Amino acid sequence: MGPYLSLFTTFFKIGAFTFGGGWAMISIIEREIVDRHGWIKREEFLDLLAVAQSLPGILAVNIATAVGDRIKGGRGSVVAAAGTILPSFLIILAIAIFLTPEIIKNNRVVSAIFMGIRPAVVALIIAPVITSAKAAKLKWKTVWIPLVVALMISLDLGLVSNPIFFIVLGGLGGFLAWWLPQRYKAKSKQ
Amino acid sequence: MNIYWQLVWAYIKIGIFGFGGGYAMLSLVEKAVVSPGWISETMFTDIVAISQMTPGPIGINSATYIGYVAPGEVDPALSSIGWSLLGSLLATLAVVIPSFLLVLYSSHFIRKHSESGVIKAVFSGLRPVIVGLIAAAAIMLMNAPNFNPRGIGWQLWTNIGICVAAFCLAYFPIKFSRKSIKVHPILIIVLAGITGLFLYY
Repeated sequence: MGPYLSLFTTFFKIGAFTFGGGWAMISIIEREIVDRHGWIKREEFLDLLAVAQSLPGILAVNIATAVGDRIKGGRGSVVAAAGTILPSFLIILAIAIFLTPEIIKNNRVVSAIFMGIRPAVVALIIAPVITSAKAAKLKWKTVWIPLVVALMISLDLGLVSNPIFFIVLGGLGGFLAWWLPQRYKAKSKQ
Repeated sequence: MNIYWQLVWAYIKIGIFGFGGGYAMLSLVEKAVVSPGWISETMFTDIVAISQMTPGPIGINSATYIGYVAPGEVDPALSSIGWSLLGSLLATLAVVIPSFLLVLYSSHFIRKHSESGVIKAVFSGLRPVIVGLIAAAAIMLMNAPNFNPRGIGWQLWTNIGICVAAFCLAYFPIKFSRKSIKVHPILIIVLAGITGLFLYY
């Protein structure tokens, strides 16, 4: 299988089984892209997540674009994004053309299946918290950061609970932790 | 014809200003498509429900659906399948393309400067934050609609059981004749769906 076809089918699978938003696809992406194909390292994947989350738009598509670009450049990003979008597009079209909203909404089979899927999706977001914490190589000096971020965001206190706010703080903090010691050394040499 | 330009323009704006994931985006979508009378409030609620019950990002699902129905609602002459398909295609592309270009441009920029100390330092600061963001997403989904939508006591416990079992399958490899196998997340979702069908139908 050519690399583009393999990228497309991988993201098609990811798109077809993403329930509950972009974060829920992390487990599937990790398994497919990092473990199975070995296309990128877990740590790199975290960096791509940072890019995808910092920009506006649909998180799942942003993640696919960033990963596709990292693996196969611009063309790879088109293939990965198309693969992610296509399953939803086709499923929704099929529903819009052949069914009415009432049939799906009041369907007991669909509703029972989804009641089972939702708690499993939550578990599939808890698992990558641990794997990504390992990949981020947290030390005693940094382990408090994810705890504070998770607490503040889940408390939902308006602006100070905005993910973008913590991304800016994290980037700035990383920069200062690197830049200040250098400056200090340069000064003390003078 | 006008409705198509309006649809594209509305979804480009949603794509550019839609920070913070599907649910945050939905309020933007609601303003953009319900206020001009393209679709009714009840239809919007139905479409959101469908988007949640089908796989794929809610942003894409709702764009495809709204793009499909909006032309016919505005002008009955446009309610044929061909015109509806055009609407769904345009709305879906419009919501995706702005962020697609932004992500592409940013990741090229970052790769070009990947050896720079500044970029490395910034990402080393971002990694712990991203761990926190994933944790926050998990915590915020631990709510009644996901664990006890019908408000029945025993279902809360079976749902917690599904969650714990799914976590163990996803996280701990199973030892199988000297090989250790990790269960694929897609298989976990399928198993959870089957469990749900048996428990809750």
